[in-house]
Amino acid sequence: MTARDLLPIAVAVALTALVPLFVTTNTVLNFLVLVLIVALAAQGWNILGGFGGQFSFGHAAFFGTGAYATAILQTRFGVNAWAGFALGVAAGALAGWIIGYLSFRSGLRGSYFALVTLAFAEVFRILANAAEVTGGAAGMLIKLDMRPANFQFASRAVFFWVALALVAAALVLTRGIECSRFGARLVAIRENEEAAQALGVDTLRTKLAAITLSAGVTAASGCLYAQYFLFVDAQIAYGTWISVEALLAPIIGGAGTAFGPLIGALSLHALGEIAKLFAGRVPGIDLALFGCLLVAAVAFAPEGILGLARRTRPRLKPAAG
Amino acid sequence: MYAPAIVAEAFLNGLLTGSVYALIALGLTLVYGVLHIINFAHGALLTGAMFAVWAAHAGLGLDPYLAIPLLTPLFFALGYALQRFVIGPASHGSESNILLVTLGLAIIIENALLATFRSDTRTLATDYGFQSVEFGPLILSKPRLIGFAAAVLVTILLWLVLAHSDTGKAIRAVAKEKLGARLVGIDVGHVYAVTFGLGCACLAIAACLLMPTFYVNPRVGNAFVLVAFTIVVLGGMSSVPGALLGALFVGVVESLSGLYFGDSLGQLGIFLIFILVLLVRPTGLFGAKA
Repeated sequence: MTARDLLPIAVAVALTALVPLFVTTNTVLNFLVLVLIVALAAQGWNILGGFGGQFSFGHAAFFGTGAYATAILQTRFGVNAWAGFALGVAAGALAGWIIGYLSFRSGLRGSYFALVTLAFAEVFRILANAAEVTGGAAGMLIKLDMRPANFQFASRAVFFWVALALVAAALVLTRGIECSRFGARLVAIRENEEAAQALGVDTLRTKLAAITLSAGVTAASGCLYAQYFLFVDAQIAYGTWISVEALLAPIIGGAGTAFGPLIGALSLHALGEIAKLFAGRVPGIDLALFGCLLVAAVAFAPEGILGLARRTRPRLKPAAG
Repeated sequence: MYAPAIVAEAFLNGLLTGSVYALIALGLTLVYGVLHIINFAHGALLTGAMFAVWAAHAGLGLDPYLAIPLLTPLFFALGYALQRFVIGPASHGSESNILLVTLGLAIIIENALLATFRSDTRTLATDYGFQSVEFGPLILSKPRLIGFAAAVLVTILLWLVLAHSDTGKAIRAVAKEKLGARLVGIDVGHVYAVTFGLGCACLAIAACLLMPTFYVNPRVGNAFVLVAFTIVVLGGMSSVPGALLGALFVGVVESLSGLYFGDSLGQLGIFLIFILVLLVRPTGLFGAKA
């Protein structure tokens, strides 16, 4: 990884960081923070699904583990919020490693892997909904105490910058993977697992490393969600919505690219807001639109928005994604 | 401990539930066996069928059982068209694309239903909804007994069609060897679409049998879809008798664990079975060795 590889990230992040200086309405900032949270979850999915070709339908398992771990550590054990955040990421990564170990050891891939991740997320949801430590079906509130030491900020702009910093870190991580031998091994597995194995790639180890990293990043998004809304329940943390969003954004934006998840999350949510503007308060209209986009993207733009942009403007260097 | 009569009743109720599960899982099994795809839209299509039954009753005053001859061909056509014009062309023949396309369809159907009917839970009022039949100390619901008989009948019929009719033979030929089937002149695209249509027709029948005793809301399919996947995996992914046995087994497990551990944890048992079977024996309990 050279400075040249990081330049597009630095420029994009620096420009985005200026947004709160011009936009001060809470509605827009709220929207942007939510987009960043979804983008971060999607960046996690992208490591395993985009680069490794292992499609998880249950990334909620990691998002929720991060969210619950940080909430439980703070409210039940009095752990500092920042430490809770780090431990939440670690808990999510551990959950990823365990689920990965169980399913990759048994040779599950393709549809079977998608199904087993979905089932794990559902098991976590049912358990979180019934257990006492998670507050059961009522969910958990994190105590409101607006101090930076508590990972709570009176200003939404500050929270936006914190979220942006995490997204930027994930961008650098993804770019690092892209440029490393580990990334090359991962892509080899995506393209042809048997061939990769024949070439001497330790497929189990590579996939395990990918799902652990992937789960850790998505768990960070869950922690961020918990800190922003100061509330977690089983339907939010382990619900299918985040599994679907984490998968949709990279597919729409461009799976297996550094910027894909971010572009996907932003365009999906922008479109969702526009749809709501036109259709009024009809529930589900934005999600129905997302579904249409998913089908259309698979049919006509398998490389997502970034792939489309590249195809229509060939003078851009392909390595820029 | 519960009295033997209560346990026996829970057991039989599990069998009754399982028979309708069988019908739902049958469509999934068929589509998996032939197209080798996992249809994530299955649950959403079931929800759609249940709303169709509800709407036929509320709008036209049609009895759920009388809706069977109307909705079955309708859903067959819907399934046929979906596979022929959407799933087939959009997925370019790759497995992961099919996964994504059917997931996209599930999202569209579920949210279109949500936008149309809102999130209210609806039920059907029929004269026979609460009628029951007594067998000595056991009391069983009459509509569910009818559902059991009809589901078993449909399963046998479907099995006969697959075993003996020309269409059935073509379907099995495509499932076994796609290229060979094409070489002997079978229109593979058509067979795929017919199979998908049959899967949807099974869902329409299942919906008609469910509605007298069940409720419908836009998310109701989710409760069934993982159960159906569990059954399909248990039954060995592409076996019709396997799906029936798997479904009866899952129905009984759900009913008994619901009795002993309460409803929400009863579902947990199903998912744990599902994960265990996938991890330990992905060919299923009744499936052939891979």
